[in-house]
Amino acid sequence: MKKNDLFVQGNEACVEAALYAGLDFFAGYPITPSTEIAELFSYRLPKRGGKFIQMEDEISSMCVIIGASLTGKKAMTATSGPGFSLKQEAIGFAVMTETPCVIVNVQRGGPSTGLPTYVSQGDVMQARWGSHGEHAIITLTASNNQDVFAMTVEAFNLSEIFRTPVILLFDEVVAHTRERLIMPEPGELNVVKRLKTSVKEGTDYHPYLPREDGRLPMSDFGGVHRYNVTGLMHDMWGFPSDNPKIVYGLIHHLVDKIQGHTKEITMVKEFFVDDAECLLISYGSSARTALHVVENRRARGERLGLLELQTLWPFPVDTVRKRCAPVSYAIVVEMNMGQILHEVKKAVDDPDKVFLANQINGSFITPTDVLNILRIIQGKGT
Amino acid sequence: MAVRDYIRERFFPHIWCPGCGHGIVMGSMIRAIDNLGIRKNDIVLVSGIGCSSRICGYLDFHTLHTVHGRALAFATGVKLSRPELTLIVPMGDGDACAIGGNHLIHAARRNIDITAIIMNNSIYGMTGGQFSPSTQYGDFATTAPYGNIDRAFDIVKLVLGAGASFVARTTAYHVTSMIKILEKAITHKGFSVVEVLSQCPTYFGRKNKFASAVDMLKHYKTHTTPIGSKEKGKNPDLIERGIFFQEERPEYCAEYEKIIEKASEGG
Ligand SMILES: Cc1ncc(C[n+]2csc(CCOP(=O)(O)OP(=O)(O)O)c2C)c(N)n1
Ligand code: SF4
Ligand SMILES: [Mg+2]
Repeated sequence: MKKNDLFVQGNEACVEAALYAGLDFFAGYPITPSTEIAELFSYRLPKRGGKFIQMEDEISSMCVIIGASLTGKKAMTATSGPGFSLKQEAIGFAVMTETPCVIVNVQRGGPSTGLPTYVSQGDVMQARWGSHGEHAIITLTASNNQDVFAMTVEAFNLSEIFRTPVILLFDEVVAHTRERLIMPEPGELNVVKRLKTSVKEGTDYHPYLPREDGRLPMSDFGGVHRYNVTGLMHDMWGFPSDNPKIVYGLIHHLVDKIQGHTKEITMVKEFFVDDAECLLISYGSSARTALHVVENRRARGERLGLLELQTLWPFPVDTVRKRCAPVSYAIVVEMNMGQILHEVKKAVDDPDKVFLANQINGSFITPTDVLNILRIIQGKGT
Repeated sequence: MAVRDYIRERFFPHIWCPGCGHGIVMGSMIRAIDNLGIRKNDIVLVSGIGCSSRICGYLDFHTLHTVHGRALAFATGVKLSRPELTLIVPMGDGDACAIGGNHLIHAARRNIDITAIIMNNSIYGMTGGQFSPSTQYGDFATTAPYGNIDRAFDIVKLVLGAGASFVARTTAYHVTSMIKILEKAITHKGFSVVEVLSQCPTYFGRKNKFASAVDMLKHYKTHTTPIGSKEKGKNPDLIERGIFFQEERPEYCAEYEKIIEKASEGG
């Protein structure tokens, strides 16, 4: 094997990628199936002067990375279902204060303690709406180690560009599958640095005053400019305000800066979609199964295609609508009761041609699970 | 510098009720910082949610107003990232000891160099007078209309047990000694807790038959005594005030620097 060829778990690929993206600060609390991420960072981060802290729970892990990020550090936390629930209030604080940070949720079976060591994709909607109040969020996912790497780097980039928390929604199968990872060379993937203000020391800095392009340059908290950060509705100074005009503007800004850039944020992978009669739509580890089905059926001359979603939120409505328009039917392949299915049905012109192939018992979804649905749709019985 | 120089005047008038003790604590904090001569740019204030936590917005430091109970966790992120800064965390008794109790004991255990100022008014002020973990047995609150049956925390003992390396108690009446204690707490390298009994005339006062804020301040005068005084022997119900504990112990950020050294040696 070459020096850049690694044989690792998905969790390790995520760690390598975060370091590649310039991670300075990690905080976490142990939980299966994400724990390896914390363990690896406790070893790797101090080697390069970075900070690792094991906190007393997931709530404080989320809070501590926000504090670190404000001071100018690239910061991340990792967890799974129960811990993801606990982080929600502070994720909303990061949304409101526009603090870049990355949250990994390695999905396992829920609700509650559920199936701690088994796979699920049940947190898709929680990623979108887990924190209270009107807001927008970015959520990325991946189906293999190489993509875990790419999406992790992308998560850091998007969090800096849009000054927002970004959720990496992995799952147990991806996190624990050992496979090849070709480490990109430094510079091979784009790494976005924090946009810092050019306002000089001694001159007033407005933390929430957008530039012409809508971006908000940051000043390291605790540095040369003194300003206020609050989870209350606030003005361009960062001071609390309940002025309806300011509140209206802030909510619009927080939502529009993400929803208005859906095209830019959306990443998908397409396999045999151009002439597909039947389109599978999938993401995360389920997309591995979906791809297997598509390749097998193609070998037999059946016109199946796969649209693999890498961005879940903002939902790639236009891409999904466009790709579904020409097909006779679409099947959403996922490990929940249809969380993305409903989004696809909303996006397409004819929701009746969208079906669900799923698995919810903790087992990884198999080609048979998909083929059973395919047979029913094709009128071939079960 | 003058007190005015530390205040963000455009955010006045403040939200506190007339007679509230929190303003006295803010004033004492400013004087302590001024006496120590720490630059405004070197001070970070992190707070949670509550009447007490509003101190943040009014002061011209780096200020971070976070979520209820979690200020110490946010402060830990700032401190560990920039250990050269002076971190002060003004908190309410509910904020610090109920929803944030876990973070309080763990910050104490780590001995991270942060000064927590717990403004104990024995009530949830901001939400309108519900009992808190420091409301005494038998006291009244909007959620204890028949008298409180919960036992109160002794905050000093709580944080001592958790490992805080500087522990003190004072009151809004004893301003001169509060300033001195705050100076020492801020200078102390490690986790410092200063409990300040701070009156809430609007809710605690009204519910518990205090006629005015002045009455409550007088109560702090008559019902407290310096640590180790003879008075305490005569009247065990008196609440002791002063510095209970101060010890130099390895501080968290300094310990982490050693980890970085150790890890880097391995190459
Ligand atoms: C998660 C959460 N729960 C509850 C509240 C409501 N709340 C706001 S302040 C507060 C208590 C304030 O009491 P304390 O911390 O003692 O501060 P004080 O107002 O008395 O100074 C509560 C319960 C909240 N903001 N967030
Ligand atoms: S409610 Fe009580 S604690 Fe809050 S400002 Fe009024 S007096 Fe102070
Ligand atoms: Mg209180």
